[in-house]
Amino acid sequence: MLYAILCYHDEDMVGSWSKEHDTEVMQKLSVVQEKLAKQGRLGPVARLLPTTAATTLRKDDPPLVLDGPFAETKEQLLGFYVVDCKNLDEALDVARDLGKANPGGTYEIRPVGVFRPGSVEQ
Amino acid sequence: MTDTAWIDAALTSARPQAVGALLRYFRNLDTAEEAFQNACLRALKSWPQNGPPRDPAAWLIMVGRNVAIDDIRRTKKQEPLPDDDQAISDIDDAEDEIAERLDGSHYRDDILRLLFICCHKDLPATQQIALALRIVSGLSVKQIARAFLVSEAAMEQRITRAKTRVADAKVPFETPGAVERSERLVSVAAMIYLIFNEGYSASGDTAEIRSPLCEEAIRLARLLLRLFQSEPEIMGLTALLLLQHARAAARFDADGQVILLEDQDRSLWNQKLIAEGLALIDKAMRHRRSGPYQVQSAIAALHARAEKPEDTDWAQIDLLYGALEIMQPSPVVTLNRAVAVSKVRGAEAALEMIEPLAPRLSNYFHYFGVRGAFLMQLGRNEEARVAFDRAIALANTTAEAAHIRMHIDRLMRDSQPSKAKAK
Repeated sequence: MLYAILCYHDEDMVGSWSKEHDTEVMQKLSVVQEKLAKQGRLGPVARLLPTTAATTLRKDDPPLVLDGPFAETKEQLLGFYVVDCKNLDEALDVARDLGKANPGGTYEIRPVGVFRPGSVEQ
Repeated sequence: MTDTAWIDAALTSARPQAVGALLRYFRNLDTAEEAFQNACLRALKSWPQNGPPRDPAAWLIMVGRNVAIDDIRRTKKQEPLPDDDQAISDIDDAEDEIAERLDGSHYRDDILRLLFICCHKDLPATQQIALALRIVSGLSVKQIARAFLVSEAAMEQRITRAKTRVADAKVPFETPGAVERSERLVSVAAMIYLIFNEGYSASGDTAEIRSPLCEEAIRLARLLLRLFQSEPEIMGLTALLLLQHARAAARFDADGQVILLEDQDRSLWNQKLIAEGLALIDKAMRHRRSGPYQVQSAIAALHARAEKPEDTDWAQIDLLYGALEIMQPSPVVTLNRAVAVSKVRGAEAALEMIEPLAPRLSNYFHYFGVRGAFLMQLGRNEEARVAFDRAIALANTTAEAAHIRMHIDRLMRDSQPSKAKAK
């Protein structure tokens, strides 16, 4: 089963990290990612640009385009992983590992319904 | 992550909102800052044991408020009656209002007010910047002094003076109306741009020390944009800063010499910052309400989009500078436009364009640098030499002077071989 691990955190706080700290966190996260990748369990991973770069389309008729993220919340969606896990427990283990590498904020773990790996190259 | 790292990040990010709210509550900058400092001290004790609070800013505001009120009570107790009763009943009244005053919905105007206080018209630019870095960003006096290349004592004095002036200025604490809010936004945007330029105009040997100013300006611009999501000029400002800063690693060589845009190693440009800047320009364009920051960011974007210098769309840059000349007429804008014109229509046309600027830019380093370069392209080496000499005399930094000297050396070299042949 594929699980999406959606990463929420206070964007202001992440934006206040020093460059060194940001690099350190990314390095620690890449260790966890490497492990999953070697097991063939790691799907797409994305770190999103700040919510100030976001645009929202409300699917009214006609659709309404708004500046900014979908909702103003204390913690913002900053990125996501797709990971192959046997069950929720295993997905939670992965999230815990990621959380150890990058404490603070929240992960939302959601089973993936439809998945198309796509073909975009970075 | 170590405790101190996340606490530092949490305190820094909560600072504008917390100090802004405390300022609205106490209506005094020193009290607000002190209350915040005290709240931070408590956070350093409490958070490692109890974990981070759900909402660090709210925690700091509540604790800061309570500590400050206790302090006021204590001081008042030591004073003789009847002031005592009066003060306490004032505080009780104030506490009744707390739900309203500390209501999170004020946070936009709180932060805007805090920034706006720093850009008071009577304050010279350097004091505005220093004050904003101290009060809003929470940089230490030592850090600010270092970035400004002055002594800590001098910076302390500058900030104290600025604070006194601001305290006398009586900034209104009522929620601003729409017109006032947008006026504040314009001043604050200008100040953020100043902070950025202070860091950006550093020379090679100080670039590293001063680049935190650029980073801080970007953080403040993003903060402002998050508060005012639909302001195309704030998108433009943020994009401009991101696109300029993206080139930071390529702007100086190992010896601290300036590397011109066309000679820069473009693989050193920060693609993530460029992507963010371009995304913001896309968003801003949709509003069809152009402005100077948007035009400048569009110019920066044309440079950022060019993989090689010869891919640069100079004709478009010429048009954009033309638009900027109408929005913000200034000889410096025309001078910049002339550089684009020289690429599109040649140095002759460009030189013609800048001749009338001479009286107004007679003390401007870049005027003579650009003029010398045009003359050199036209083979008028003697005149170029005169312009370059003048530029060196006006150079603000050693890197600027060194860069012009390089041109002069090239002129010398070009004239040397013919002499050699003559012998």
